[in-house]
Amino acid sequence: MSVLVYTESEKGKFKKNAFEVASYAHKVAQDLGTSVTAVTFNVEDNASLGDYGVSKVLKISNDQLATFNAKAYASALAQAAEAEGAKVIIVSSSADSKFLAPILTAKLNGGYVPNVVAAPDSTSPFVVKRTAFSNKGFAHTEITADVKVIGVSNNAFGAVENNTSATVEDFSPSLADDAFSTKSIEVDKVAGKVSIADADIVVSGGRGLKGPENWGMIEELAKVLGAATACSKPVSDMGWRPHGEHVGQTGKPVASNLYIAIGISGAIQHLAGVSASKTKVVINNDPEAPFFKAADYGIVGDAFEVVPKLIEKLKEFKAQNA
Amino acid sequence: MKILVCISNVPDTTSKINFTEGDTKFDTNGVQFVINPNDEFGLTRAMWFKEKQGAEVHVATVGGAQTEPTIRKALAIGADEAIRVNAEPTDGFFVAQQLAEVVKNGSYDLIIAGRESIDYNGGMVPGILATLLDMNFVNTCISLEVDGTNATAIREIDGGKEKISTSLPLVIGGQKGLVEESDLRIPNMRGIMMARKKALNVVEPVDASQPTQDQKFEKPAPKGPVKLVDADNVGELVDLLHNEAKVI
Repeated sequence: MSVLVYTESEKGKFKKNAFEVASYAHKVAQDLGTSVTAVTFNVEDNASLGDYGVSKVLKISNDQLATFNAKAYASALAQAAEAEGAKVIIVSSSADSKFLAPILTAKLNGGYVPNVVAAPDSTSPFVVKRTAFSNKGFAHTEITADVKVIGVSNNAFGAVENNTSATVEDFSPSLADDAFSTKSIEVDKVAGKVSIADADIVVSGGRGLKGPENWGMIEELAKVLGAATACSKPVSDMGWRPHGEHVGQTGKPVASNLYIAIGISGAIQHLAGVSASKTKVVINNDPEAPFFKAADYGIVGDAFEVVPKLIEKLKEFKAQNA
Repeated sequence: MKILVCISNVPDTTSKINFTEGDTKFDTNGVQFVINPNDEFGLTRAMWFKEKQGAEVHVATVGGAQTEPTIRKALAIGADEAIRVNAEPTDGFFVAQQLAEVVKNGSYDLIIAGRESIDYNGGMVPGILATLLDMNFVNTCISLEVDGTNATAIREIDGGKEKISTSLPLVIGGQKGLVEESDLRIPNMRGIMMARKKALNVVEPVDASQPTQDQKFEKPAPKGPVKLVDADNVGELVDLLHNEAKVI
């Protein structure tokens, strides 16, 4: 009857969100008076999960699962849930988790609530708070199904240390050929670049930058901060930046700790996409830009003058605080 | 190839969001409803398959009579037939079960749904639908080619993209990228006139479970005023981000 958590990894190492979802699972398990079992895929060293409250690891080692496959992973997780008698399953808000969670939910005939931003309001009845209307509102949603699948929003709960010692058991799900009816042919990822989903800080540029040739300073600012780069919709529509960087209602949502918007006026669709970010900074030469109403800090000024100065100041700050 | 495009009827992207009846219902007052943007990219891609590969395109929605202008718009854009399941779409699993019934009755080869609706953002309908129907599924799909029964899709992943090979029957959760925004169509007068003659079949819902229920809504807490920093004193911003916001 433990709480099951899907801890994501890449090339044998846990992703940052693995520790956040484990921490969330620990909180739910405490409320329910039970323990946390994590499922890991092709990770040799699982001990670090114990630091976040996981007391048992079901370790899957299977070459067929070397690259993510939603259907096969969901099948493995469903079997783990059944083996553990788990009625609550915690996943993240990554693209992979959002791909597999509905499949898992349908397999277990459960109820799925994604975009959850806080520990459950209550566990009996089971009610969670989630974002809705593209971050323009929140819903408190009751899950009435026996099996509950919860997708935790990035950075909403944080990684919380709970020193537990985790026992590790090998787990071998039985996977039918049918589980591999979609095949990954090629993965195209920019090496060494922080992705918007994983980033603590996102630096975003808009039309105010006047052209793709001016993106160097956005990238430099991002590099100094260890941040991901993003852009507004018109910028991706004009082809200045790839679609994958478009932030907003029809683009990517951002739930970073710090979002810096440069030359972005702040259309309602853009604001909806970034409102889950904790601290928002706006740099814009138009004092009437709607983004100033949604921001925590702002500088009214020319981005081409302000951003290079900001980069210098941040470099000094980093040198002093290294 | 027979394609079903699943359409969600959602508030226009610029809508202000309010709640009513003690914050238990979405306030539709003064709100304009549109085809869910993620579905619109899928519908436009379906039109491409119709025009280039001779596909037949149907659209389906789960909703009350008030959703008919939205599906009529899909017919005006070029879909051949529409189905409305006469039920309130209060839960993603419920909606997926209703659409599964539509798919079974229509023997479709390809089902295109948006990766999520921009109102409740559940993002679960395409995946649950595929699983209920035991069909292949690709989520956050930004490119789709079909050759006979083989399909090649590209999906967006965190920090990049992944190319996937699979086969029909297939369900995709589509989004921007499936077609360019500039390819989206505005119905012309001829399309609107033709849409009036096309079938809009209303079917009653089948019995289905509703595993989740929204109890209450709330709006984000009002934000304090922005703290402005002088453009000549950028160091102050660094200081505030470090000492006050504690984010660097």
